[in-house]
Amino acid sequence: MKVGIVSYGAYVPRYRIKLEEIAAVWGDDAKSIIGGLKVNEKSVPGLDEDAITIAVEAARNAINRGNVDVSRLGAIYCGSESHPYAVKPTSTIVAAAVEAEPNLTAADFEFACKAGTAAIQTCMGLVGAGMIDIGLAIGSDVSQGAPGDALEYTAAAGGAAYIIGSSDLTAVIEDTFSFTTDTPDFWRREGMPYPEHGGRFTGEPGYFKHVTSAATGLMDKIGTKPSDYDYAVFHQPNGKFPQNVARKLGFTPEQIKAGLVVPRLGNTYSGSCMIGLAAILDQAVEGDRIFMTAFGSGAGSDAFSITVTDKIEEIRDAGPKVEELLQNPIYMDYATYAKHKGKIKV
Amino acid sequence: MTVARFWRKIPNRYNLIGTHCTTCGEHYFPPRQMCPTCRRDGKIENHKFEGKGEVVTYTVIHTAAKGYEMQAPYNLAVIKLDEGPSLTGQVVCGKEEMEIGMRVRSVFRKLGEESEKGMIYYGTKFVPE
Ligand SMILES: [Zn+2]
Repeated sequence: MKVGIVSYGAYVPRYRIKLEEIAAVWGDDAKSIIGGLKVNEKSVPGLDEDAITIAVEAARNAINRGNVDVSRLGAIYCGSESHPYAVKPTSTIVAAAVEAEPNLTAADFEFACKAGTAAIQTCMGLVGAGMIDIGLAIGSDVSQGAPGDALEYTAAAGGAAYIIGSSDLTAVIEDTFSFTTDTPDFWRREGMPYPEHGGRFTGEPGYFKHVTSAATGLMDKIGTKPSDYDYAVFHQPNGKFPQNVARKLGFTPEQIKAGLVVPRLGNTYSGSCMIGLAAILDQAVEGDRIFMTAFGSGAGSDAFSITVTDKIEEIRDAGPKVEELLQNPIYMDYATYAKHKGKIKV
Repeated sequence: MTVARFWRKIPNRYNLIGTHCTTCGEHYFPPRQMCPTCRRDGKIENHKFEGKGEVVTYTVIHTAAKGYEMQAPYNLAVIKLDEGPSLTGQVVCGKEEMEIGMRVRSVFRKLGEESEKGMIYYGTKFVPE
């Protein structure tokens, strides 16, 4: 049975802060930070936006784009590292908001930045096994970086939703491969507002080791090579890492260009790779092959090999494109940003 | 607002589910179970509003009620939905963007929260179309 993407949708809040503005507050050299991270600005959630509202908006965009009958949804899985409740699922609120309740299964996933792709894999399994007709997999985050911490320059807000099924496919997912180890590169303890990380050295044993292992593992498994793909997208904690890992694996700058949304968006954690994939689908045509590898600290990577079908022409324009979501931002200063991120309490 | 009271109204708050009288064609939000025009002849069914409409009038709230403090200042508007009924809702945009007659569409947002440890209320707000 072929399993793949029936429809997709993304969502990005309208607010942005420029990295220069953050650097000015902390007395950092903006030029060297922007040059090092290759990120110019990042999205900021509205005062009334969180991982749940972003998940709902992305899910509704996916459902409307594919004109999907929500009564077919057999599963909803929401991946996030910023679920608003410690106990009370994001996925049940999404199910109610898309009118899919009550005859379905739902759960929240957590795996740093790759919880959303883990949700895609789970839906693929359930669809492939014939247990459900279609499933909804979402990655959404309103990530937090402690004030003054390096993460504050990139932690952003956004999400993407994918409807996974076995008929009327917009893109076939040929296969997926994961690489998982116990690596303490990044964590947040229960009740703590901001994450901790192992520092600069964690890129190599964390991001690079896992992304390259999952990517080469998948290509070895199905007998493909980088030049077989029209597009590639990798997790984007900053602009530098995905470009470096692409080069390491043998992908060209042209292949990753369409999906590299991080310079104008920041790191949307669970949304990162999945928004990048949405940006690629926004412009891909029938027969295009896409290689995607997500990464989550802790650590693990999920790689996917995807081929676009002719149905993309039918649904592409029926929902907001990532490029449209990035347009007309409202820029804010650091004080307003601090209020939006809940760094000020009343 | 109690948790139970919010819970009962989830379909209306999340998705603007109202009612529609198929006898006279009138739409109701909040939902009515009896059409005031057709009375006993009215046939009432659920109706999901498109969520599009225009601002009839608005005010900018600077001093917000408990649970809404962080959102101030915000725009509170009377919105006439395209299907007919009017409702009061928040329009999320700068106050300089607000204009009587402007087109809006519905979005899913946080309405407020009981307290830091209490329930979070979600529902429908509006943004410029
Ligand atoms: Zn009537």
